[in-house]
Amino acid sequence: MAQKPFAITSEPLSVDDVVARLRRPTAGAVTTFVGLVRGVTEGRQTLYLEYEAYPEMAERELRRIGDEIRQRWTTVEEVAIVHRIGRLQVGETIVVIAVSSPHRHELFEATHYAIDRLKEIVPIWKREVWADGSEWRSERRQPLEDEALA
Amino acid sequence: MTEEQITVKVKFFAAPREALCTDEISLDVPVGTTVKDLIDMLQEEYPVLERYTRFMSVAVNRAYAGRQTELRDGDEVACLPPVGGG
Repeated sequence: MAQKPFAITSEPLSVDDVVARLRRPTAGAVTTFVGLVRGVTEGRQTLYLEYEAYPEMAERELRRIGDEIRQRWTTVEEVAIVHRIGRLQVGETIVVIAVSSPHRHELFEATHYAIDRLKEIVPIWKREVWADGSEWRSERRQPLEDEALA
Repeated sequence: MTEEQITVKVKFFAAPREALCTDEISLDVPVGTTVKDLIDMLQEEYPVLERYTRFMSVAVNRAYAGRQTELRDGDEVACLPPVGGG
């Protein structure tokens, strides 16, 4: 089965696998962003992270990010974003983003946008688990509505 | 009676899902019910939800929706606490 460029998965991630989801051979350059589970956050030792998603909607929102990028940076050819869910240990890969273009210009900016936007709109949740407790964590506070996303 | 009611599916995730001990419920609501009305009804039925609704986004059929969105029969409504991917 063809691998989807925008996906939520419970399988371990590999950067090569996500880059391979960009198909066009004309790409002269690819940037990748790899998000890993940090061992220490705000001075506390993380035991593991637990990710949960609304997969059908999350894949749609990931595709939206790809569309937004190709509108804003017209030299960008393809985008692939794969996010893992379930229990992730320290050092494991949470998310891989790959962006391709015939030339390197704009790729870094577009990749930066992709991860910021992911943290803003994609329905995925993270629970940090420490030796002495756990908490659902988010950097966001404002409810989102579609008009606010235009 | 039946033509005055619609049935919607409501999904919960993360903290509110745990607080309610369920990830999905089916609800019969009057025709004309908006997202806001639905949240009010849910809060009344499940007071534990109250601490989450202020920062909660809502999706209808897998797209973010405003509080004034009117629901239709068969809609899938999702209560989304602040996201934390990446």
